[in-house]
Amino acid sequence: MPDIERPVHAAWARPIEAVGHLAVQSVVAVGRAGYLAIDALRAVRKFDLWGPHLLPQMARVGVASVPIALFIALFTGVVLALQASYTFTGAMPLYFVGTLVGKTMILELGPVLTGMALAGRVGANISAEIGTMRVTEQIDALETLAYDPVAYLVVPRILAGALMFPIVVILADLIGILAGWGTSLWLLQMSSPEFLKGLRLFFEPWDVEFSLIKSVSFGITVTGVGCSFGFNTTGGAEGVGRSTTQTVVVAIMIILALDAFWAATLLK
Amino acid sequence: MSIELVNVHKAFGENQVLKGFSLEIPEGQTTTVIGGSGSGKSVMLKHIVGLLRPDQGDVWVDGENVSRLDQESVYTLRRRVGYVFQSAALFDSMTIEENVGLGLRRVRGMSEGQIAERVAECVRLVNLEGYGARYPAELSGGQKKRVGFARAIATEPKYLLYDEPTTGLDPVTTSVIDELIIRMADELHVTGVVITHDMPSAYRISDRIAMLYDGKVRFTGTPAELREADDRVVRGFIEGRPELLETV
Repeated sequence: MPDIERPVHAAWARPIEAVGHLAVQSVVAVGRAGYLAIDALRAVRKFDLWGPHLLPQMARVGVASVPIALFIALFTGVVLALQASYTFTGAMPLYFVGTLVGKTMILELGPVLTGMALAGRVGANISAEIGTMRVTEQIDALETLAYDPVAYLVVPRILAGALMFPIVVILADLIGILAGWGTSLWLLQMSSPEFLKGLRLFFEPWDVEFSLIKSVSFGITVTGVGCSFGFNTTGGAEGVGRSTTQTVVVAIMIILALDAFWAATLLK
Repeated sequence: MSIELVNVHKAFGENQVLKGFSLEIPEGQTTTVIGGSGSGKSVMLKHIVGLLRPDQGDVWVDGENVSRLDQESVYTLRRRVGYVFQSAALFDSMTIEENVGLGLRRVRGMSEGQIAERVAECVRLVNLEGYGARYPAELSGGQKKRVGFARAIATEPKYLLYDEPTTGLDPVTTSVIDELIIRMADELHVTGVVITHDMPSAYRISDRIAMLYDGKVRFTGTPAELREADDRVVRGFIEGRPELLETV
C-alpha cells in the first residue's frame, strides 16, 4: 500500500491516528484495484497482447499448483474421515463418514484450502514478479514500446486464474474424497459400499457447481490482488517484499469473506 | 518545434519537482538537460513520452498535446519515440534478441525474418554480436545499457530520449555510447533529448544544453555558450563548486 505522510501527534492520539492511516491506505488500495479492474476489462479486447501469454500463464497458475493443492487435499481427506468417525461413533451410522467427507471437501475445504494455499503460491509469485518489473522500470519500458502493460501482464494472469482454479479445485476435491475413502477402508474398517452409500446420500450435482463458482471467484481474487499490489509497488526490494506479504494477507481475507458471501447467497 | 514543454508543474505529494519548466527542443538536434541529482530531469523526460502527466502546463510532441491525449493516442505517439532507461530496464525473462525485437512486434506488417534481420543489425550496431541468445543477468552494466540502446533504436524512432545513458560506465563504454548518440543525430537525423550530469559527455554530444535548477530551466544555449556562462548556479554546477550554489 502507498506510504501516506503521517503527522506527529500526542501519544494518546496515536492509536486513533494508526486506525485512520490504515483506513485511508485501505481506501486507496481499493481505489487502485478498482481502476486496475476497469483497465483490465478494457484491455480484454487486445487479444494480440494477452493471447500468446494465456497458455504459459495457465501452466504456471494451474498445472504448477497441482502438487501443493493435492498434498493439502490428501491430508485433509484423511483427517476429515478420522474426525467424522471420532464424532459419529456410537451416535450415528459410520457410513455418514462418506457424507461428511464428500460434502465438506466439495462445499468448503476443497475450494477454500486450495484458494488459501494458492494465495501464497500464485498470488505472492505474481505480486513479486510484477512488483519487481515496476521498481526496475520494466513496466515503463513496456509502455514506451507501445505495449499496454495491463493487457500484456494483468489480463492473461487473471484469465488463467479464473480458468485454472476450478480445475485444480476439482482435482483437490477428488483426491480429498479418495483419501477419505482410503482412510475409511484401512483405518476405520469400513467397507467401500458403506463409504459410497454415505457419499451418495446427500450428494447434489449443485454442490459441484457451487464449488466451481467459488473457485472461479477465488482464482480471480488471488491473481487480481497479486496484480494490483504488484502494479502499485514502490520502494525497491523492500516495497516488493511488502507488496508480496500484503497480497497473501489480503487475498486470504477476501477468500474468507467471499466464502461466507457465497454460502449466504447460494446455499439457501 | 518538434517537442515543447510549456510551464510544466509536477509534484509528488509535498515535493514540488517541476515549477514551471519550459523548454523547446529543435528537430534533428541533440538537446541535453543537465542538473543535479533529484532535480527532476527524469521526471521531465517521462512527461515527453506520457509516462507522467503534468499537474499543470502542456507537453507538445509533433503538434499533439501529450498531456491531453487519451491512452490509445499516447501508444500511437510512443511508436515514434525511443527511450533509453538509466537502469536499461531490460526484461529479465527474455534474451537480448527478444528484448531488442519486442518493440518491432508492435510494428504492423513486419515478418519474423524482417524482425530478426533488424534485431541483428541493432545488436551489431552496439557491438554485441554473439550475445543475442544471452539473458540480461549474464551481461555487465555497460552491455545492458547498450542493449537498452539497441532496443530503443530498433523501431527507427523519430525521437530518442536518453535517461543518463553514460552514468556508471567506464570511459571507453561512455565514449562508445556518445558516438552512438552522435551517429543517431548525424546519420539518421534523430531528435535526441539526453539527461545527464556527465559534463564531458554533454559537451561532446549536444547541439544545445539546458540546465534544470529548482524546477525550472536556468540556462539554455550551445555547449560553447555554457562554457562561457557567468550565472553563478551554472558555473557552480559545471565546475563542481557547491559553494556557488549555496549562496543563491
